[in-house]
Amino acid sequence: MATLHPKLSDEHSQTVVSSTKSVKIKIKRSNPNVNSEERFDDFVVPIEKWTTVLDVLLDVKSHLDHSVGVRYSCRQASCGSCGMKINGKPALACFTKISELNSDTVTVEPMDNFPVVRDLAVSFERMINNHKKVMPYVIRDDSEIDPESGMREFLQSPENVDKYIQFSSCIKCGLCNSACPTMAMDKTFVGPQALAQAYRYIADERDKGKNKRLKVIDESHGIWRCHFAGSCSQVCPKGVDPAMGIQLLRGYLLGIRD
Amino acid sequence: MERETGAREGLKGWINPGKIGKFGIERLAWLLMRLTGLGLLAYFIGHIYETSHILDGKAVWDKSLEMTQTTEGHLFLALVIGMCVFHTGNGIRLMIAQMGYGIGKAERPDYPYKPQSINMKGKACIYATLGMAALAMWYGMAVMFA
Repeated sequence: MATLHPKLSDEHSQTVVSSTKSVKIKIKRSNPNVNSEERFDDFVVPIEKWTTVLDVLLDVKSHLDHSVGVRYSCRQASCGSCGMKINGKPALACFTKISELNSDTVTVEPMDNFPVVRDLAVSFERMINNHKKVMPYVIRDDSEIDPESGMREFLQSPENVDKYIQFSSCIKCGLCNSACPTMAMDKTFVGPQALAQAYRYIADERDKGKNKRLKVIDESHGIWRCHFAGSCSQVCPKGVDPAMGIQLLRGYLLGIRD
Repeated sequence: MERETGAREGLKGWINPGKIGKFGIERLAWLLMRLTGLGLLAYFIGHIYETSHILDGKAVWDKSLEMTQTTEGHLFLALVIGMCVFHTGNGIRLMIAQMGYGIGKAERPDYPYKPQSINMKGKACIYATLGMAALAMWYGMAVMFA
């Protein structure tokens, strides 16, 4: 049943001045550091047509229940902090408008395949470790600092930039790893986020570290675990298309593609 | 205490891989590929067991063959035909895609982003494979029940 917090129900939202609509938001609550209890708390919040899921959560946090745990930062789909399951599908809360969900009830849960810190906040430690493992930087023996002429550039062609630029848009929000069915079954799988980033650097002509990187991903819990369900690409909010990166990388590993 | 939602490792994960409807036909194909693979493996083991009866003489062999001459046996074999056709067809689609073909070309993404790897070519292949599996099952049943 939808309820307002008894002590705070007299408070009014400061974000709403003309709304006639409202939405019921069901927030999955848990605190694994205290106990294993899980429950859904319901809140009714007024909305406008531009209201995002994050707006609603912050409204709840400000006026109805201050203890709701949610991580966010930029509010413009750039930082990748506010990933969560919205009506069962991983999405950025700041990038999902209530009006586009076509539902009077919105259910928010922490992302799958990540350890829960509290409520909607999950730990990114494993994803970041996998990201670091694929060495997400240009590897070269020489340096951009030239002892004779000072600085120099490692040149690349616009055509080469086109090969990897879409994979550079990754904001490490973790939605792809959350949607991936293989991640759900294999905690040691490198994951679509890291594999797409591996391809981003392997496709970069300036990079000379392909062999080092391929050693990391060419193993039993690496790239061969991907079965191309495509869910990672369907939830990516930045158009990275990790599934494409992974298949291109696999083609490269098989020696079929350049 | 670290809790993780959605984790289904081991046998639980093989049998119940997760939500399908939210992620489109590609996820359904992924699930069916897995289930038909398991089904064909089970059939293969059963097939080896059944054919091993030939070593026990003609009478035992004939009796074991009778199992497939019932209505249930025919339906089971029709299912095996369907699993075989889907697994083969979808497997060929996946092999081609996993070599990097038919998944589009990397380029600068424009909003609204549409993943190129999840395209109509792939979807059409999945629907065609499902159709072929259904057709093969129908033909198999028409022959067996004739």
